[in-house]
Amino acid sequence: MLGKGVVGGGGGTKAPKPSFVSYVRPEEIHTNEKEVTEKEVTLHLLPGEQLLCEASTVLKYVQEDSCQRGIYGKLVCTDFKIAFLGDDESALDNDETQFKNKVIGENDITLHCVDQIYGVFDEKKKTLFGQLKKYPEKLIIHCKDLRVFHFCLRYTKEEEVKRIVSGIIHHTQAPKLLKRLFLFSYAAAARNSTATHPKNHTVMFETLQDWCWELERTKGNMKYKAVRVNEGYQVSERLPEYFVVPTPLPEEDVPRFQGHGIPMWCWSCHNGCALLKMSALPKEQDDAVLQVQKSFLDGVYKTIHRPPYEIVKTEDLSSSFLSLQDIQTAHSKFKQLFLIDNSTEFWDTDIKWFSLLESSSWLDIIRRCLKKAIEITECLEAQNMNVLLLEENASDLCCLISSLVQVMMDPHCRTRVGFQSLVQKEWIMGGHCFLDRCNHLRQSDKEEHQRQLSLPLTQSKSSPKRGFFREETDHLIKNLLGKRISKLINSSDELQDNFREFYDSWHSKPTDYHGLLLPHIEGPEIKVWAQRYLRWIPEAQILGGGRVATMSKLLEMMEEVQSLQEKIDERHHGQVALQAEASSLLRASARLSSLFPFALLQRHSSKPVLPTSGWKALGDEEDLAKREDESVDLGDL
Amino acid sequence: MMIISLQSYRSYKTSRDGVNWDLSEAVPRLPGETHVADKEVIYICPFNGPIKGRVYITNYRLYLRSLETDSALILDVPLGVISRIEKMGGATSRGENSYGLDITCKDMRNLRFALKQEGHSRRDMFEILTRHAFPLAHSLPIFAFLNEEKFNVDGWMVYNPVEEYRRQGLPNHHWRITFINKCYELCDTYPSLLVVPYRASDEDLRRVATFRSRNRIPVLSWIHPENKTVIVRCSQPLVGMSGKRNKDDEKYLDVIRETNRQISKLTIYDARPNVNAVANKATGGGYESDDAYHNAELFFLDIHNIHVMRESLKKVKDIVYPNVEESHWLSSLESTHWLEHIKLVLTGAIQVADKVSSGKSSVLVHCSDGWDRTAQLTSLAMLMLDSFYRSIEGFEILVQKEWISFGHKFASRIGHGDKNHADADRSPIFLQFIDCVWQMSKQFPTAFEFNEQFLITILDHLYSCRFGTFLYNCESARERQKVTERTVSLWSLINSNKDRFKNPFYTKEINRVLYPVASMRHLELWVNYYIRWNPRIKQQQPNPVEQRYLELLALRDEYIKRLEELQLANSAKLSDPSTSPSSPSQMMPHVQTHF
Repeated sequence: MLGKGVVGGGGGTKAPKPSFVSYVRPEEIHTNEKEVTEKEVTLHLLPGEQLLCEASTVLKYVQEDSCQRGIYGKLVCTDFKIAFLGDDESALDNDETQFKNKVIGENDITLHCVDQIYGVFDEKKKTLFGQLKKYPEKLIIHCKDLRVFHFCLRYTKEEEVKRIVSGIIHHTQAPKLLKRLFLFSYAAAARNSTATHPKNHTVMFETLQDWCWELERTKGNMKYKAVRVNEGYQVSERLPEYFVVPTPLPEEDVPRFQGHGIPMWCWSCHNGCALLKMSALPKEQDDAVLQVQKSFLDGVYKTIHRPPYEIVKTEDLSSSFLSLQDIQTAHSKFKQLFLIDNSTEFWDTDIKWFSLLESSSWLDIIRRCLKKAIEITECLEAQNMNVLLLEENASDLCCLISSLVQVMMDPHCRTRVGFQSLVQKEWIMGGHCFLDRCNHLRQSDKEEHQRQLSLPLTQSKSSPKRGFFREETDHLIKNLLGKRISKLINSSDELQDNFREFYDSWHSKPTDYHGLLLPHIEGPEIKVWAQRYLRWIPEAQILGGGRVATMSKLLEMMEEVQSLQEKIDERHHGQVALQAEASSLLRASARLSSLFPFALLQRHSSKPVLPTSGWKALGDEEDLAKREDESVDLGDL
Repeated sequence: MMIISLQSYRSYKTSRDGVNWDLSEAVPRLPGETHVADKEVIYICPFNGPIKGRVYITNYRLYLRSLETDSALILDVPLGVISRIEKMGGATSRGENSYGLDITCKDMRNLRFALKQEGHSRRDMFEILTRHAFPLAHSLPIFAFLNEEKFNVDGWMVYNPVEEYRRQGLPNHHWRITFINKCYELCDTYPSLLVVPYRASDEDLRRVATFRSRNRIPVLSWIHPENKTVIVRCSQPLVGMSGKRNKDDEKYLDVIRETNRQISKLTIYDARPNVNAVANKATGGGYESDDAYHNAELFFLDIHNIHVMRESLKKVKDIVYPNVEESHWLSSLESTHWLEHIKLVLTGAIQVADKVSSGKSSVLVHCSDGWDRTAQLTSLAMLMLDSFYRSIEGFEILVQKEWISFGHKFASRIGHGDKNHADADRSPIFLQFIDCVWQMSKQFPTAFEFNEQFLITILDHLYSCRFGTFLYNCESARERQKVTERTVSLWSLINSNKDRFKNPFYTKEINRVLYPVASMRHLELWVNYYIRWNPRIKQQQPNPVEQRYLELLALRDEYIKRLEELQLANSAKLSDPSTSPSSPSQMMPHVQTHF
């Protein structure tokens, strides 16, 4: 399967020790030079995209069967992406190309996707930044989407190396002006003309009408109203132009603290309770000002807290929950686990995989996010309380928790359009600072710590499970939890009890997928999202296996049922309709890899991947390990 | 007050799965199962607290039903699963429910019952349970010999070695079937029928046997249908401290190497860690040295011994029962090493399978005695190589062949009916194998005809003693006890009710080699088995994708039926308007043409 332009040590006879220093010898290059020019791929530029610099005879390493082969071609840098133009397409067969990303190709790295750039100097890997005195033999690019690229520059002309390396470093690391972001030149060049179908489209929450619809959909319009007080961003630029507040709240209150201290409606539960968020009032020392703030807040609270009719529970996410720093630290440790340079590294880390995973605390953070969302769901659903999420700017953890709650409680948010609308409502309109959190402008390293907040949302897939107890035993559990002191549940905290009761009771009943959905949050249930995190790692690829195998069976069956249905309709109407085209995805799906549709770097052979690293010390079991299996002496025989 | 009644109730109602329900008490009862005692106790449920209930003890099971109106709790535990019975609390014990019995089970749980101190009720229950859970210590028969269940399929017929070898294309020019072990005189732990190289005479085999631990000579397990390379299994050579050699053994291995006309060396996989293999020389064992076996290449697979595996599983139990370790789940899991062992076993099997599949050379596998790690490796490699073993009957044959007939010491490893819970011979080797199979089925969800329930059922009856399938250590012992005549096979239960054990996603693929990825990134703790007693961790069953698939399957069948009917109606009208469309004689041909 190796293409003509392909050179390298693969071959299969004897695998060299996998390492990123396993270079291809220069003479091998020359023998193939002719084909290189033939196979060169043209650069595909988007409207408004400009080529900035390029270098030829660059070798891109491809990890395969724990050895590397090289493909060579041209490395270019545009104002949108870094692209490698090589002969790699030959490795793909037709079925796979269907699933190509039309904007970003397999060998494209958008400038904003670059996480870290390393250079290899005399077989030593160093981070590259700023002005370089010496240029590396090899460039390693770690991407934010966890791809790792290795480019060998040894056979590239010195001039070109300088140009491409400094070009890439500059365009991925230097601070950027907002107006210089590529999307503006793209938007100017490509006039958008996408008309959306009115019925089936994402709600953008850019108009008053959008908010009114959402109120109507969730039946929140009895107690809440959409306001236009921020039209033209007169009150605050941080807030959307239109939003929803409690009906009794006077609109004049909104500008008092530029929108701070105002409960903003997120979503209403079927029982009329609402999820709200509020940005905290500025911290003040002066007693008089504090007094003013207090009476203001008292007035505001009365609009959502009117016992016995309505009770509000305030959840201060700034003080009693994860900090953004926790999340950022965990994520940077976690992502390192997937940025793997070579096979040796993969297997070396494999043996201590679980402790590495644990020390990143990422999964624990995911669990805490889910748990918090379940707690709030419990307040809304079981205790009939309004919940007010409080945070400094109400634009980070508020977005995270409120959207998680809605995914659990509102089946509409689990549809594609509903989910997109949710992201638009809570994250885009909710004022999440994507620019800072993702550091799109490459401001400084300080800002970095606030990134990646949106990730927990995408990781936390709900996995509803069917219960163990039958429905009739439900009240038993309630009894047990409420009256008896079980040895398991030794928490005296009432909140914990309520949470447990709610959680256990839900899980003890059969799941209604169109209703409330609570994920399992026990240790063994929170797992790494393999499809996302392992998708570029060839060693982790299960050929013909993984969950995609059952999914494609399911799709096949759906297709068959559909075509039968059509045939029946035909018969009924006595007319012969056109035979539906069989989807070719499904025909070719028998041997999809577990990493489908991401793994275009499909391993070519069916050779198994074998761990290369050995056994970790057993510790206190060493004595046992030395014992014989059988107590009988062999001499006895 | 304990009621001990020796006569059993006679009012039975037979249900679908062959279990009789005692009408007077609604306690399930197998034919041949007799009531021994029943008693009111407090069951101390680790998840829901103490529950008052009545426990019924028979010669097969312990059955408990809640006496509380708000609880539907039922415990149904075969006595075979009990590993240890302990008394907890003494005469001076204070506190509620502190006096009673603590029962340790082989299937990852403990059962605790609180009893009243008065009237010897604990002593009685302890004695009855001990007697029937450990019948061997009381000269009582194991329940499998009393079981009178009848099934419409005979599971003992599933495995016929001659047929299985014929399926593999054996005998052929290079391999013959020998009856040298017909009466187990060559090797008492091997099956009576063996496949050996054509060129090796029975006399050669006898001489080789003197040099292999417990006479377990190299014999064929599996042959590749195309390239004719083979998997051969045996025990370690008796090299000893002095480094003994045996010309017959050396020649025999060379004969094996030559059977597929390859010039390459014979690959020997020694399942043990290198140091253990060396240490085994001290007790007379060892491994094939380069000097003696020029035409062989030896690799160690670093799989640990039965003691390490037993301790590892104990640690798993510590972190999952009764409570699942909350705060440091992942590092706790890692510290059990259980998945690490699984990884090494799978890695070894992948290497065996890959060597054979690539046609590079034949493979000889051994460990010390060749009945634990060796069985794991050969059977897993065969499962990877041969899709036949991934069907329900194929898997039964695989277990029957590589494990049961080749003398995996089930009786010693499990301790059926034996009270010595601390016996160093016990070890979860077969469980580990089933876990590996589960890991494979998880990675290849369409490749196996059987589902998770099938594997769990096998494990449950590994301990239950309801069937004769896993009793005794080897074929010769089973033959002496006439197990096939006197007991029922587990496969009878499974094969007469196959639908329960089928994986709806199964797609039959011939000649497809399955290589699982033996990376911690993909290995998982088998929650549905190891943590199944915890109601909080119960996995979704059936899982939503499977449920949806089954719904679609039903829909498809319905549509096909409707389409058929429509087709009939239409064609009947077209062909002959005067004929009634409901005439059956006219219907049949159309049905056939449709398919």
